Amino acid sequence: MAKIKIATAWLGGCSGCHMSFLDLDERLIDLHGRAELVYSPIMDVKVFPAGVDVTLVEGAVANSDNLELLETIRRNSRILVAFGDCAVTGNVTAMRNGLDRDEILRDVYGELGVTFGKQDGTVLPVLHESVTPIHKVVSVDAYLPGCPPDADLIWYVITELLEGRQPVLTEDLLKYG
Amino acid sequence: MAKPTRQIVIDPVTRIEGHAKITVHFNDQGAVEDARIHITEFRGFEKFCEGRLVWEMPGITSRICGICPVSHLLTSAKAGDDILAVEIPRPAENLRRVLNLAQWVQSHALSFFHLSAPDLLLGFDAPPEKRSIFGLAEAHPDFARRGIRLRKFGQDVIEKLGGRKIHPVYAVPGGVRAPLSEAVRDEILAGLPEAHDTAAMGLEFIKAFIETNHGKLDVFGNFPTLFLGHVTGDGALEYYDGFIRVVDSGGNIVADRLDPRKYNDYISEAVEEWSYLKFPYYAPLGYPQGNYRVGPLARLNVCSHTGSPKSDRELLIFKQMAGTRNVVLNSFYYHYARMIEILFALERMEELLTDPDTLNQEDIRARAFSNKPHGVGACEAPRGTLFHNYTVGRDGVIKKVDMVIATGQNNLSMNRTIRQIAMHYISDPETEITDGILNRIEAGIRCYDPCLSCSTHALGQMPFEIEYRGSDGTLLKRGGRG
Repeated sequence: MAKIKIATAWLGGCSGCHMSFLDLDERLIDLHGRAELVYSPIMDVKVFPAGVDVTLVEGAVANSDNLELLETIRRNSRILVAFGDCAVTGNVTAMRNGLDRDEILRDVYGELGVTFGKQDGTVLPVLHESVTPIHKVVSVDAYLPGCPPDADLIWYVITELLEGRQPVLTEDLLKYG
Repeated sequence: MAKPTRQIVIDPVTRIEGHAKITVHFNDQGAVEDARIHITEFRGFEKFCEGRLVWEMPGITSRICGICPVSHLLTSAKAGDDILAVEIPRPAENLRRVLNLAQWVQSHALSFFHLSAPDLLLGFDAPPEKRSIFGLAEAHPDFARRGIRLRKFGQDVIEKLGGRKIHPVYAVPGGVRAPLSEAVRDEILAGLPEAHDTAAMGLEFIKAFIETNHGKLDVFGNFPTLFLGHVTGDGALEYYDGFIRVVDSGGNIVADRLDPRKYNDYISEAVEEWSYLKFPYYAPLGYPQGNYRVGPLARLNVCSHTGSPKSDRELLIFKQMAGTRNVVLNSFYYHYARMIEILFALERMEELLTDPDTLNQEDIRARAFSNKPHGVGACEAPRGTLFHNYTVGRDGVIKKVDMVIATGQNNLSMNRTIRQIAMHYISDPETEITDGILNRIEAGIRCYDPCLSCSTHALGQMPFEIEYRGSDGTLLKRGGRG
């Protein structure tokens, strides 16, 4: 039987969920034995592959690059997991919502900043007016909250999925922040 | 007929922390004209922190970055100390320092073992699907496992002090939240021997690698710049406090004992329309002549000594590489400097943990209200010097935030580095641009271990794809890199 294919991706966020994924430590090597990691920011695969079984998506949708990658991930993944609070709720990444995009850019970069958010998207992506959690854009199969979720919880969810079971976050496991 | 001008886009740059693209630009003759790293993310922390309380800032700003949350936590808490107008108790300072050193170990181990070692042990031209910590674990299982365990040691210490590995809630304006028990202290001490062994393994590896590849590494960001970092009053390596020192490419001290709280007097920032990452420069020399580097290489270049025996011996050997200049100009040596810094962090951690003040169970926090309208915190982060600058009301509500992020200060140098690599490896228009060449360009960025989540407190994202444009700029062909 072919190994189960796993991917991880980051959108708008702090990479903390991926760092927590790396906190699997030596379990990373076990995971690599049991499943095949086919795409991740810590690997050199540049194009999101087809036929992925499980993808963990960290971060919220903040710009056109995030949106494009997320849509590709959804098309190419059987199970999509919202990985961490930014993916689940928008969290800190969405704290700029309610502020005017152009005004923020002008304050941070001066007049030139206003052009940043409106590039054609070929090099710098278009900055969205507001940040959204990923379920606003694509359907999500499982939610793994936490800022970040700790490594034991990530391990529980991944191993349940590898065994073909739906992970259930009981009250003691379910936490935000 | 002129060849079509081309632009190569590397999208995304991988095995770095955060989002970025690289473009390589060619002139009409097909020669490399320029290369740029574009940071594509914007998060806007400076603005949405307005209206928050100064006491909330360590918790919010640590979410700038999941890799070095401790740096933002501490720098933010230090800005808070300044606003409270308190001097924190010595035990609290010791504990903050231990937390910071633990982060040093985990962050540098991540950069070296997880992200860059695949290039060094498997080769820049290894198949892309093998170039990762997993490929490394297949080919060199012991090396990979020990690297993973070294990072784990650092993360475990952070958890023991702060209750969690990532985004610990520990430092607050005035001090820290919890004392350290003797039992937990002893658990940390028990992990040090293995950490030392792994650090020594990494250090010996990188020294041998540089020795073996001598001559092949001269294009990985080898150029004169200034270097900037914290030192103690007597010029020793310093991460948490102290003064700013600036040295030039000849090893001469350009400025010394600068007050980090007055960074605006000597650091200015430029903005380019093709990146969300600003371009800080040393103000007295202007832009871009005021190009300076920060981080491990810069810190070892600016300090006179480390103040701890093992790392001091290694610093001496490192400085010998520089010859009479006393500064190393090649950014590839960031990897080497990182290994010496891990050694130093382990030594300093042990010194602090065996200081009786560190186990003081009471004097860990000074309590006060907002006493000053303005506060600045500065620390060394693993990637370089970090500044948080807050203006608050009498009620402690934030009115204005300015941050200068470590990685940003290497922006000019990262761009010069990839330009140097691209010009060297794509020496003429007939050069076949292989994956290995593109990976070397990315490896130039990895030397700096950029943290783009941070630098785009505000910024960053990096992809690779190739566009062939006609000399009038029209798109002729587009290709990807998988």
